[in-house]
Amino acid sequence: MHSAPQPLHIPDGFLSVLVSLLFWLLTAAAVGYALRRVGKDLGDRQVPMMGVLAAAIFAGQMLNFSVAGGTSGHLMGAAIATILLGPWAAMLVMTCVVSVQALIFQDGGLLVLGANIFNMGVVGVAVSYMAYRTLQRLARGARWGLFAGGFIATWLSIEASALLVALQLAVSGVSPANVAVPAMGGVHALIGIGEGLITLGALAFLYRARPDLLLAGEERPIKGQFIWAFGLLLAFGLAVASPLASSNPDGLEWVAAQAGFLDARRASPFNLIPDYLLPGISNQALATVLAGVLGMLIVFAVTLLVAYNRRARRASD
Amino acid sequence: MHIHFLDPFQPRQSPIHQLDPRVKFVLALAFILTAALTPSGAWSAYILLFALAFSATILSDLGASYVLKRSALALPFVLSALPLIFTTEGASLLDLSIGAWSLTVTQPGLARFASLALKSWVSVQAGILLAVTTPFPDLLVAMRALGVPRLIVAVIGLMWRYLFVLADEALRLIRARLARSGDAANAELRTGGSLVWRARVAGGMAGSLFLRAFERSDRIYMAMLSRGYDGEARTLPLPRIRPLQWLTLGVGLGILALLLVLAYLI
Repeated sequence: MHSAPQPLHIPDGFLSVLVSLLFWLLTAAAVGYALRRVGKDLGDRQVPMMGVLAAAIFAGQMLNFSVAGGTSGHLMGAAIATILLGPWAAMLVMTCVVSVQALIFQDGGLLVLGANIFNMGVVGVAVSYMAYRTLQRLARGARWGLFAGGFIATWLSIEASALLVALQLAVSGVSPANVAVPAMGGVHALIGIGEGLITLGALAFLYRARPDLLLAGEERPIKGQFIWAFGLLLAFGLAVASPLASSNPDGLEWVAAQAGFLDARRASPFNLIPDYLLPGISNQALATVLAGVLGMLIVFAVTLLVAYNRRARRASD
Repeated sequence: MHIHFLDPFQPRQSPIHQLDPRVKFVLALAFILTAALTPSGAWSAYILLFALAFSATILSDLGASYVLKRSALALPFVLSALPLIFTTEGASLLDLSIGAWSLTVTQPGLARFASLALKSWVSVQAGILLAVTTPFPDLLVAMRALGVPRLIVAVIGLMWRYLFVLADEALRLIRARLARSGDAANAELRTGGSLVWRARVAGGMAGSLFLRAFERSDRIYMAMLSRGYDGEARTLPLPRIRPLQWLTLGVGLGILALLLVLAYLI
């Protein structure tokens, strides 16, 4: 069921430590702000409502439909959470969903969790909110604003998350921008259509069954000018940065190298200790291998000892 | 049908299971951080990291293959680093030419790619060990101890409690669709509907899942109110960490720090 991690969840090891920490900071700021705001929107029913909705989004990812060639459309949920709960609660819900996916199912790493929350929770929600509110205002309360807004919000939020992942990989020196940006952007432009259609179907169902849930946001408009502008800024920034980076990958590498984002090169420690060798062995490569094997043997020996000790104790019990 | 297979926790009586969840959480994070900080191409450090993870696996009484099998999950993402093999400058190992395309496999490129894949693989093992040996309520305790905001911990706790209920609802929806419209994956049995129709059906299922979740959250809220809930997420005070657990934490962090120093020196 959770067989294949979705390509938006970055595993550990793919982002450099600096990038990971930077996005942890950004995420902490955004989530901290959302925590302060959310109490005003939902009152004291916030915990049950957000908890069960988060579980629904998690479970909703099992609902898929076959597209073609064995692939299928899934639901990520940032857009629909934004439409149903408003931006601040949606941000927290997505934070919880992405955290549990990483912690329990290894869908995405722990050190890079900050970046994953930022991509799917913060950016996904902010861009969704921007697109949805804009279209609703354009439609002036007409029904098509709801549906067009839902579809476009879903597609844009997925595309924005995908482009951000590509840029993060590029800045970390893992995947050059001229490969990562078109690949991620292209694949998720298609995935986004599938998800957009599911969101559309869900909104159509909810509109017929419980229109009050969808219209709740209009009756008591959530003051979201700030997040609207933030979403617009993010969408605009990604739209400008992605093609720029992909046509100019060396530029990004250069920035990365200047900021020290790229892996620390192995060369400098060699220069610091030019003739470092294991005593008695003159071949550098051999020494390295031997050191590794030796360490492994020691650790295994200790482990085996502990294991045998435990077995002996259990037998004597 | 109940989805117990969703919960990866495997109860055992191993030293890893008995480790304080807070200590385990910090050690797993420190392990992943160490792996991330190890420079590219420090092969002996990777072997040591793997040895550490594998030793913990053996200690956890789960059987070596269990964690290794699960750790294959992160493999597909490695594809995103594949261009490294060709784009890093250095001594060329192999020239591939497909039509007008010519790709050069370079030695540093291959080294960086392999380093990345190995680092990611050992990190995933640490994450799996943490999830498999720690019951979920203990993970919540660890999160609180590490300063995750109380509201988020409360929402995650409630989410976990109802995840299984809603996953069952989703499975029921899927079974109903299967019964009515044939097996969508099997072309001969597939009945009715274009791509848009199928998406609409899936969307309707998602919509009804959300609606049921909403209504359930209302009932849960009422039940909580009637038991004295006032909007504040209250929790028991955290138990103290015993001296032996502090020692484990210190030794573990010391080993990881030593490993990191070695990785830069070798």
